[in-house]
Parts: sequence; C-alpha cells; structure tokens
Amino acid sequence: MSVNATPAGADVAADGTDTRSGRQAVLPGQRDNRGGKPPLSENKRAERRLGWLLCAPAALVMLAVTAYPILYSVWLSLQRYDLRFPAEREFIGLQNYATVLTNEFWWTAFGVTMLITVVTVAVELVLGMGLALIMHRTLVGRGIVRTSALIPYGIVTVVAAFSWRYAWTPGTGYLANLFSDGAPLTERASSLAIIMLAEIWKTTPFMALLLMAGLALVPEDLLKAASTDGATAWQRFTKVMLPVMKPAILVALLFRTLDAFRVFDNIYVLTSGANETSSVSMIAYNNLIRGLNLGIGSTMSVLIFITVAIIAFIFVKLFGTAAPGSDDGERR
Amino acid sequence: MADTTTRAKVRWGLLDVAVVVFALTPVLWIMSLSFKTPATLTDGKFIPREWTLENYRTIFATDQFVRALINSIGIALIATTIAVVLGAMAAYAISRLDFPGKRLLIGVSLLIAMFPQVSLVSPLFEIERQLGLFDTWPGLILPYITFALPLAIYTLSAFFKQIPWDLEKAAKMDGATQGQAFRRVIAPLAAPGLFTTAILVFIFCWNDFLFAISLTSTERSRTVPVALSFFTGASQFEDPTGAICAAAVVITVPIILFVLFFQRRIVSGLTSGAVKG
Repeated sequence: MSVNATPAGADVAADGTDTRSGRQAVLPGQRDNRGGKPPLSENKRAERRLGWLLCAPAALVMLAVTAYPILYSVWLSLQRYDLRFPAEREFIGLQNYATVLTNEFWWTAFGVTMLITVVTVAVELVLGMGLALIMHRTLVGRGIVRTSALIPYGIVTVVAAFSWRYAWTPGTGYLANLFSDGAPLTERASSLAIIMLAEIWKTTPFMALLLMAGLALVPEDLLKAASTDGATAWQRFTKVMLPVMKPAILVALLFRTLDAFRVFDNIYVLTSGANETSSVSMIAYNNLIRGLNLGIGSTMSVLIFITVAIIAFIFVKLFGTAAPGSDDGERR
Repeated sequence: MADTTTRAKVRWGLLDVAVVVFALTPVLWIMSLSFKTPATLTDGKFIPREWTLENYRTIFATDQFVRALINSIGIALIATTIAVVLGAMAAYAISRLDFPGKRLLIGVSLLIAMFPQVSLVSPLFEIERQLGLFDTWPGLILPYITFALPLAIYTLSAFFKQIPWDLEKAAKMDGATQGQAFRRVIAPLAAPGLFTTAILVFIFCWNDFLFAISLTSTERSRTVPVALSFFTGASQFEDPTGAICAAAVVITVPIILFVLFFQRRIVSGLTSGAVKG
C-alpha cells in the first residue's frame, strides 16, 4: 500500500537491482568491493535520494517524539517547576538531582525495580527456554501450544493485572486462600512476589519466541551427530544448542531486561505502589501527574534514561554482542 | 520402538497441557468473574454458579466505557495505519536500496525500541499542553507511532528481504506495465508481511497504559485500559469488579481472535526480526 505511493521508487529500485545482484554475485556478503570509489552514476544517485526520501518520514517522527523531548526533559530537570506554583519557576541547576538522589523513596523504588528486573528476567530465561523447546520440538499439538502461548503476549497488561488482583483478593479469588495468611496484596513481600508472577506470566512467551528464533538456527544434523556420538540430552543442550543460540539469547535478554526495567502497568493495578512496591516509573509518574511537579518528574525521567543507557552499554560491552540488525553477526 | 514414541508423545502431551493451563488460567478467570452475578461474585469459585450477562449490559449502557472503546479502536487503528505506511517505506529502502545513513536509521530504531517510555512522559506532558495536543487523539497517536516504528521497520524489512523481487522484472518483460507488475505481482507478495506487522503494531497500541494514563485527562481521549482503572461502579456503594471484568473481556476478545486466526503469522513476524541477531 505504502510502496504504492511511490511508483517511481519501484522503478528506480528495479534498475538498481542490476548493480546490487551483480555485485553480490562477485563476492557475496561483502560491501563496496568494486575497487576504490567510482564516481556515482545517475542511477546510484537517484537510488540514494529515493532511500533518504523513503526513510525521512519515519526518521523525523522518531526523532521529533524522542530526541527533542528528552533534551527538553534535561532542561526542565534543571528548574524548580511545580505546576501548582508556576510563579516560583526558576533555574536551579542540579538541585533537583540532589533532591532525588538523596531521597530514600527514590532509592527504595530503584531497589524494587532492580529486584523485579533481575528476578523476572532470570526466571523468564529458564521458563522461556523450556517453552521455546516445547513449542519447537513437541510431537503433538504444536499449533495449540503456540496459540495459547501467544495469548499472554497479546493480552492487555492491565487486564491481566486485574485478573491477578482479583485472584488474590480475599473472598473473591481462587488463589487467596492458597497461603493461610490474610490478604497477600497488603504485604510487601507477597505483593512483590505477585507483581513478579504477573510480569513473568505476561512476558515469558515473548522471551520464548525470541529464543525459538535461535532454536530454529540449530542444525538438526549436528544434534543427530552428537546423539550418535553418545551425548546425553543435557550435553546436547549445553554443548550444541546453547552456543548456536547465544546471539538470540543475548538479544532476548537485552530486550527483556530493558523492558522489565520499565515495569509500570502491573504495579499500578496490583498495589498502586502501596507498601513500598513502587518502581521508578511509578514514582516518576506519581510526581508528575499526582504531584504535578514537572521539575522533579523530569529529573527522574533523565535518571531513568541514564540508567537504561548504562544497562544497554554494559550488555553490549560485557557480551560483545553484535546488535541485532548490524551486519557483522560473525563476531564471536 | 512404537512404545517409546507413544511414551514420548504422552510426555510432550503433558508438557503441552501444562503450558496451555498456565497460559489460559488468568484469562478464563477474568471471563468467569465477568459472568458471575453480584451475589456469587465473592464466592471464590473458579466456575460461576449462576451465569449472567448483566455486567456486559451495564458497561455498554455507560458512556464512560463506550466512549473509551471508541477511543481505543480509533487511536489504535490510525496509529497502526500510519506506522505501517511509514515503516513500509523505510523498510523498503532498507531492504532494497543502497544509501548512506541506512545503518544509522537501523541504529536509531534499535535505540528507540529500548527507550524507557516513562522518560518521555514528563516532557511530552508539558510539550503537548503547550501545543494543545494534551488529551486529544493525536496526542496519543504520535507516541504510539514512534514506539511502533522500530517494530514495524524490523518486521517489514525481514519480510521484504524474502520477497523475490525479480518476479517484478519478469512480469515487465512479459509485457506488464510498472503499475501492473506492482499490483499483480509485488503487492500480493508483500500483503502478508504488511498484515502481520499491522497486527503486531495494533497489539502494541491496544496494550499501552502509561502514555494513555499520563497524556489524557477526560473521556475525550481516554482508552479502555485507563478507563478500567478509573471504573468505580454505578454508585459509590456498588462493587465495580463485575463491570471491570466484563470490560476487560471485551478488549481481550479481539486479541484472542487475532491469535486464533493468525498464530502462524504472528509467530513468524515476532521471530523474523530476531533471527538476524
């Protein structure tokens, strides 16, 4: 449909194919091997222009809605700016950062977020791997398994959170009497456990699907060969499957970690942050919408952004993984 | 030999059952609650003893829910359409054309896929208030498009790379015009990919809660997930549980239908982006 909008584009691309496929025939997988830099042909230049033209709208929207606001957020975070007292708005440098970073609520929320992230991602990796193996290898009912596994992925998080909330509500819920004590959602430890359960239920299928993409890359012959050589199921898993799947595992871990760090919906519905169960997203939201304090809210936004950037950086450095989409997947 | 395969089948069968039970229990539970009468709502039974459609009648009689449903559908559909169109243009360029800045675009969309959305809530709140976009449809559609675009670009470029584009040339050699070649050959090949991407993007927009609760303030643009969290029941003494559950089921049905009919496509769409990693 969209390509339809640019009939000229299809034209140029059809011409461009000649050069592309011709080049790939010479040396597959290698770029710019035509020796030096030949002057751009008219075709080539048209191809470039078309490429930019086609990408421009997407790039502009993405930058306008993320880059500009995050810079604006930095600017807001340097001001005292409370919407209830707009007259007191003034530039105060890093004072907001000092306020937030010395605030125990912030650090409690930070700890809660970290705990939820680490526990859920670890559990999801194990469960997701199991689910991926089942979806990939089961002998019976593959369609049914895959279909039901997609339901938690597709369902609205808020809906699932309400389901869990009522399941644990004394009187109403079928799980409420599972452990003898009264109301699990009014105590900190059990609340956190339920939040994590809800998160794990919702996102394990996504993890499993990413891992399944990696499983599909494991050559069947290799498994058979290992099997004939007397490798046990566990050895086949650790020695054959895991190494092949490593890139897929890292991608899944990175995406899930950053996603888990944003936890908000489940907490909002399950506890509204009561009993010190707030995540950083939750208190940033509270400061902004309930407290109407744009200065402090923006400061938290910036701090969360920096934390996420650090996590992503550590992942990439630590594992030296090729980012998805980059061409050099061969790096080990 | 036959014995071992039967046993293997039983073992896999049991694992399958475990997965299905794990995945479906919360969904069945909220459905069960939505069909319970107020009297039996708090009996703690998994299966309703008395069935009623009263909860559904209640929510469809309230403006609050109907309006939110219209908002949800409208906003998600518009955002999905725009994101798929822009995503398809970019993905076409990425998979078919050679131009500098291509990897930069891939990098930027990767960054946005990892971006903490809550970091945008404060600045967008302020910016949208100044631009008059706060509490409007475009005010939600814009961030949805932004965060859907990486997903759309990744999935679509994976799909586009599999299309045998040479067929287009072949069609033209056989005397088809450029337009005919596109309509008859390329469009049908690209349609499944566009459709799958549209489903994934729609699910993403449908699911959002953070932007919807932060960037809206009235029924004018509140979506269902947000309306759910504000449900209080017809009077303040009435327990909203039944109504919340009925509303929750209503917005879950489309997702379940998508999943039932397009399971294969959704799986291939979600896994195609990752294989390249």
